[in-house]
Amino acid sequence: MRLQLSPEDEKFREEMRTFFTTRIPQSMRDAVTARGELAREDWIESQRILNAAGLAVPDWPVEWGGRDWTPLQRHIWRSELQLAGVPEPLAFNTSMIGPVIAAFGSQEQKERFLPATANLDIWWCQGFSEPEAGSDLASLRTTAVRDGDEWVVNGQKTWTTLGQHADWIFCLVRTDPAAKKQRGISMIVFPMDSPGVSLRPIELVDGSVEVNEVFFSDVRVPAENLIGEENKGWDYAKFLLGNERVGIARVGSTKRLLASARQYAREISADGHPLIEDPRIAARLAELENEMVALELTALRVVAHSAGGRPHPASSVLKLRGSQLEQDATALVMDIAGPLSIAAGPDPDSDLPDWARRSAPGYLNDRKVSIYGGSNEVQRTIIAGTILGL
Amino acid sequence: MDFTFDTEQDDLRDAVRGMLERAYGAIDQRRKAVAQDPGFDERLWGQLAEMGLLGLPFDESVGGTGAGPVEVAIVAEEIGRVLAPEPFVEAVVLAGGLVDAVGTDAQRGEILAGISDGSVLAAFAHAEPGTRWSPAAAQVTATEADGGWRLTGVKEPVPNGARADVLVVSAVADGVTRLFLVRGDAEGVARHGYRTHDGARAARIRLDGAVAEPLGEDAGDRRADVERALAVARIAYAHESVGAMSTALTTTTEYLKTRKQFGVTLNTFQALTFRAADMYVSLELARSIALWAVLVVDAGGDVVTAAARARLQTARAARHVGQEAIQLHGGIGMTAEYAVGHYTSRLTAIDHLHGDGDWALARLAADVADRDVVDPLGAPYTG
Repeated sequence: MRLQLSPEDEKFREEMRTFFTTRIPQSMRDAVTARGELAREDWIESQRILNAAGLAVPDWPVEWGGRDWTPLQRHIWRSELQLAGVPEPLAFNTSMIGPVIAAFGSQEQKERFLPATANLDIWWCQGFSEPEAGSDLASLRTTAVRDGDEWVVNGQKTWTTLGQHADWIFCLVRTDPAAKKQRGISMIVFPMDSPGVSLRPIELVDGSVEVNEVFFSDVRVPAENLIGEENKGWDYAKFLLGNERVGIARVGSTKRLLASARQYAREISADGHPLIEDPRIAARLAELENEMVALELTALRVVAHSAGGRPHPASSVLKLRGSQLEQDATALVMDIAGPLSIAAGPDPDSDLPDWARRSAPGYLNDRKVSIYGGSNEVQRTIIAGTILGL
Repeated sequence: MDFTFDTEQDDLRDAVRGMLERAYGAIDQRRKAVAQDPGFDERLWGQLAEMGLLGLPFDESVGGTGAGPVEVAIVAEEIGRVLAPEPFVEAVVLAGGLVDAVGTDAQRGEILAGISDGSVLAAFAHAEPGTRWSPAAAQVTATEADGGWRLTGVKEPVPNGARADVLVVSAVADGVTRLFLVRGDAEGVARHGYRTHDGARAARIRLDGAVAEPLGEDAGDRRADVERALAVARIAYAHESVGAMSTALTTTTEYLKTRKQFGVTLNTFQALTFRAADMYVSLELARSIALWAVLVVDAGGDVVTAAARARLQTARAARHVGQEAIQLHGGIGMTAEYAVGHYTSRLTAIDHLHGDGDWALARLAADVADRDVVDPLGAPYTG
């Protein structure tokens, strides 16, 4: 038992901190910190800077650009990256399809996709959920039927995040209609500009457009684009979703948001005093801050016990509590803005600060974090079943 | 950074667990022990001393075992797991800790040796009617006359105050808070002991010119020493609470798996299993911060703030887990014959011994504006 980081890890943390705060353009980091919007080119530029330094895909196999880091070092990498406001490497590439191809793809697929995926030369999007398959993902209906050297894909996906930016999509499709629910599913990839693919944006409650419906009508996909083995897609999806949950506590990101909230509460004045002197606001800040300490320490415990790439069962705690605390932090920022939060989105002609104008849309948009990546009810089911044996 | 116990620490845990399971594995054993004064099993207390557990925090030169705060935390958690009524945190960690921190070499040599071998039960007589978790003494005063000190006033509630052989008493002298040693049977000491809601014992101690000996040599204000000793005790209580919450949760999940209503076991009802899942979340977050806080003690960091953090998180968790453990059991959880209500009672008592969740929050909120981000692995926690 020891509290301090080892000198090596301390040095590693300092290196990460220095790199992130000096090599990623300040304008991008400011935009992330203010929870503003980033252009497609910004995401690409940031990820390429990281990738050139070997910092985009550290948890991949070493031969494909990964680093032989300890779980703690990976945690430090992610935490420092979020804390510095660095645009995160695109999760669809680095945490989802990349690791799946690295683990289950053919040598040919690895060579074809992995370098381009790490460097964001290909922007991937996810085709998992369907209108009738949300938390119950295995009831998906999109089909791929073999026709000679091709698969013919028909159906519909939804909640496809940033599909409007994507070059390629990775999809779960039903390749054996006769097999039991989970058994007849495969994972297949194809370009978004393939004939028969169409995209319809979904406007969200905060006015943003980040998710889409994607429709497939007789999309012809070369047979070699099926990842791994036919009808093993469910295993790959479970592997991928396990990855999605790692790092999902978003410790660095929420800590940064709380630091911003503190600053906002100094700027806003109430009855002639800085709002941060209001005992109720100070107490909310202090309680959230303490919950974040407990969450970060739990993440460190989980990190220390993650063996063989399998997530610790308590990672469900991180997803559940991490999303709640991030939502609490967005609510606090909005409440600090108070009457200023009524405005929706930034406006150069407004005297109100951008952060205040973004606060209510940000709060509304953040409701998603307890839904995606396995909703919090799914996490409770996992905790009750897997951990408590109920 | 390393949150894993070493082999010796695992062995210590196994040994303590084995002994306490034999003593209090069934709730009836605990109920029997707390039914009569002094509210714990003197024989078991002696066995804990023989195992070296009562001297864990103290140096070998004063009769202790010379272990560290992590070992203390391990014992506290095991005490909590079975709700052992032996006053480990009260007598060893807190009262003993004060003697260790403030006492002269002679006082440490005598009293710590006695605590370690089980012959001396020490208690910290600090709370006074009308005070609320302050490190300062209020109405109890100390005056020097004829080359000796005498104390006057009322201390209450004093945990184990009626049974204690030695009292560490805080009192106001020359306008500052100082600490004194008072023998339990000293002239001018009137003690009235009673049962507390969690089965432990507390006392009203009326001091009427009681003969006292200053603890330590320096005549300065001892509030900082008291604050630090209370902080270390709060962290030990965080571990006792984690142990108690852990059993409250497993007792609850076992019940959900076996109790049948409407022809099925209760774990078929998602309304119940989801609440148990939330209890687990509360417990694990509390466990993390308790582990961290004891490492702050070990590293010589800011123990007072770390203790407030641990107190806040465990206080919130203890309310949640304690209340839900009873609710998920239903009526049986309300009964004295069944274990779970006793756990809730003990968690509730710990909450009020040295500052509750709101108290800790108020302290953390007082300087919240001065911080940017909290780094639990950095200053001021790493010493």
